[in-house]
Amino acid sequence: MKRLESVNDFVIKFANVNGTGSASANNLFAKALFRMGLPVSPKNIFPSNIQGLPTWYEVRVSEKGYLGRRGGVDISLSVNPQSMAQDIREVEPGGYFIYDDTKPLDLRLQRRDITFIGLPLTRICNENYRDPRQRQLFKNVIYVGALAALLDMDFRVLTDLVADQFKGKEKLILPNIQALELGHQYARENYQCPIGIRVQSVDKVGDKILLDGNTALGLGAIYGGATVAAWYPITPSTSVVDAFDKYARRVRIDPGTGRRNYAIVQAEDELAAIGMVIGASWNGARAFTATSGPGLSLMSEFLGLAYFAEIPTVLFDVQRAGPSTGMPTRTQQSDVLSAAYASHGDTKHVLLFPSTPRECFDFGALSFDLAERLQTPIILMTDLDLGMNDNMSPPLEWDDQRRYDRGKVLKAEQLEAMERYGRYLDVDGDAICYRTYPGAHPDKGAFFTRGSSRDEYAIYTEKGEEYEKNMLRLLQKWDTIKEYVPGPEIISCGKPTDMAVLYFGTSEESSREAVDYLAEEGIALDAMRVRAFPFNKQVEDFIDSHERVFVIEQNRDAQLRTLLMAEFELGPDKLKSVLCFDGTPISARNIRKQILEHLPGNNVTPLHRKVKVGGAGEIA
Amino acid sequence: MSYQIPKFRHPELPVNDLGYTRAAYEGSISTLCAGCGHDSISGAIVRACHELSIEPHKIAKLSGIGCSSKTPTYFLGKSHGFNSVHGRMPSVVTGAAMANRDLLYLGVSGDGDTASIGMGQFAHVIRRNLNMVYIVMNNGCYGLTKGQDSATADEGSAGKKGDANPFSAIDLCGTALQLGATFVARSFSGDKEQLIPLIKAAMSHRGFALIDVISPCVTFNNTAASTKSYEFVREHAEATGTVDFVPMRKEITTRYTAGAAHEVTMHDGSVLHLYKDSDTLDPFDRRSAMMALMDHQQDGTVLTGLIYLDKDSRDLHDVLETAHRPLNQLDETDLCPGNKMLMNINASLR
Repeated sequence: MKRLESVNDFVIKFANVNGTGSASANNLFAKALFRMGLPVSPKNIFPSNIQGLPTWYEVRVSEKGYLGRRGGVDISLSVNPQSMAQDIREVEPGGYFIYDDTKPLDLRLQRRDITFIGLPLTRICNENYRDPRQRQLFKNVIYVGALAALLDMDFRVLTDLVADQFKGKEKLILPNIQALELGHQYARENYQCPIGIRVQSVDKVGDKILLDGNTALGLGAIYGGATVAAWYPITPSTSVVDAFDKYARRVRIDPGTGRRNYAIVQAEDELAAIGMVIGASWNGARAFTATSGPGLSLMSEFLGLAYFAEIPTVLFDVQRAGPSTGMPTRTQQSDVLSAAYASHGDTKHVLLFPSTPRECFDFGALSFDLAERLQTPIILMTDLDLGMNDNMSPPLEWDDQRRYDRGKVLKAEQLEAMERYGRYLDVDGDAICYRTYPGAHPDKGAFFTRGSSRDEYAIYTEKGEEYEKNMLRLLQKWDTIKEYVPGPEIISCGKPTDMAVLYFGTSEESSREAVDYLAEEGIALDAMRVRAFPFNKQVEDFIDSHERVFVIEQNRDAQLRTLLMAEFELGPDKLKSVLCFDGTPISARNIRKQILEHLPGNNVTPLHRKVKVGGAGEIA
Repeated sequence: MSYQIPKFRHPELPVNDLGYTRAAYEGSISTLCAGCGHDSISGAIVRACHELSIEPHKIAKLSGIGCSSKTPTYFLGKSHGFNSVHGRMPSVVTGAAMANRDLLYLGVSGDGDTASIGMGQFAHVIRRNLNMVYIVMNNGCYGLTKGQDSATADEGSAGKKGDANPFSAIDLCGTALQLGATFVARSFSGDKEQLIPLIKAAMSHRGFALIDVISPCVTFNNTAASTKSYEFVREHAEATGTVDFVPMRKEITTRYTAGAAHEVTMHDGSVLHLYKDSDTLDPFDRRSAMMALMDHQQDGTVLTGLIYLDKDSRDLHDVLETAHRPLNQLDETDLCPGNKMLMNINASLR
């Protein structure tokens, strides 16, 4: 057997039982590697359950800086007998399987092509701890200690991290360090350390931070000046409002009175949540909601009102696997179409696609400027992978000179000077009209907001020509919007090529890695990351300048491709789909494989759309 | 039927403390059916706001969908209005009220808008004790879709189509009491003497104030077999007592017989004089109010007037401890913590 050997380049997957405290130990492991200067991307694969079901934690370590899922598992660490058979099957040939050997391994599970490493975790815990809860919690810390030895991690980094983590709860520091040492010692005494895969300190992370996208969004809302948050709990978006709440308690307390410069209302459902956001925004406050697919469906009617009545609305959609309840704790990019065209009648909504926590922060704050400037819903499309996993990201930054763009709002003085105010009267040709806040002026500026047809002065009308004029103005506004939303990020391969990849959001890292793999094989691909809908001219030009564009996305129906075809009136031949929708983040190997299959010569392009599945154990 | 409100006004129309005549509180001409109860309620709202000397632009009027929800066009033309989506007015008001606590929020809804499609939002806005006035123009039917029974139609009541309603009715006042409403009243569109002071009292209440106004639908539900007809309500209404409302800073000129009136000082300093007609109802006791409602329901009579009042209620702003300054007036200096703080956050994430 040829053992896998590598330095600073591997995938490790932890198999745990949820509710056993494994998450913090696994985080400790990933963070320690990060502090050793190694790019890491940890991903939680967890059930929709609080206690007792299998949960996994996959960490990719890549000195080259690849942060997407690679595909395949080099080291599997199992403390969950329920999933052991599957976990063993997933290990790459030559890989390592680390398990609790307090009880002997079922011989039927043996594989000859991988290395088994037993750690008697239960026995060590039983010998060292009396309290059953401690036995459970420290089991996790002990295997992290053992890994430190097996992989040659800097033990000091781990102990420093424990000290940081329990700052304020000092009496927990020593027992945790002792647990780490128990594992470390056992591994050193019983195995040749390090194993074939190991790490060493480098400096490949610079000033980067490790942060989840939802926290970054919550911070974006704080910095963007949101004062009203209305929401209904739903995985995986809940931690957005949790983060907003946490930071608001710190930085939004009025120093004079001790009262809060914000209001968070937990609504009775998503319909009410978006209604509150619309009411608050109508009244001149910056407001937002956070939800996921099912909530977005429920919010559709109100989104149509906000579009038609032109009320700023900010919605953060942390996508999960649909349809219906789908897989609530797995990731997908499958709300693209339902968000873009949410609600009945002719509606179109602005979408933003961040792909790092830094962009969650930036776009989160930007959403409020855009919503008020453009007077329409802004739907920020993130997903579970970005939202709930720690992602390595450039640090957050804020320009202290920046002022909020509150858009076109008439104040009392301006109203005073006006002859007649028209809420839906386009006075300067950009199809965006002036708003007034309730209470602005005693006699002027009041108008009636409604979802029914009205004229330029907000007076109810059923005249077809007035209705049509207004709908055409909204279409003209759509063109104005293209000038405001973030443009795409284009990466040229530096060689003449008529092929390209197009991706958005969390497909970025894996896509770029796949492009690198293909470049090594002599296949040159330009790349474009779309960051917003409506698509602007640069997106159109990029597609025009390539013969074939592979659209990479994490849903079954190629939703972004549909959107591109509809908006640019493209034929079906130009855009080829690369898809993953099994609920795990798309992997680089999967993308490479699908692109190769599409290439001429491989001659497998089917008449109907062929669906590819890139599962966890998928190997190129 | 006229299509325009005549511009002519009597030169000596009475003005209020702000110097406004009642015309300053009117809206566009109603397009509802002639004789619709809703128009009387609109008139009562105009009079109440005028007599309370509220600046018209300091009121925001919001509604859902339906005949009742069209009415905000017909009163308070100087106020911002919002005709939202069916059954969802409470959430829009909640957001609006969070954004600016200084305005007076007047929500107008119907029985379909409230008791069916909007039941969830109605229940939860009550639980939150949002500081607003919630007027239900209750005619027991869906007027705008031609007279189907609504959820407040009494069992056995029949509208124009003639079929008796087979389902039990939702009593909005009873429901509101059960859910913790802090101001509950019922009135009749045909009784302005009762309705106007109730609207004034509701506007002075801090917290959620419900007025369920029986408002006959002349076209579809004003039949002999309907319990929401003018005739039925006139014959079966029993008032809890007489309410007299004295706005803040007004001198009390009327002489009241000692013991006959209960004097309540409202949150804004106004005074409510309540003449009790009922021996059984104590409008400051929730249980008594619920009992009285059930007793009248059993007797087939309609209890009107102030049914329950908790004058020490804490509204949503109190509960959430929001700033005294309206949130929509805060700017970057109040809201944005700046880059230095972000650098500290970054440091904690390495």
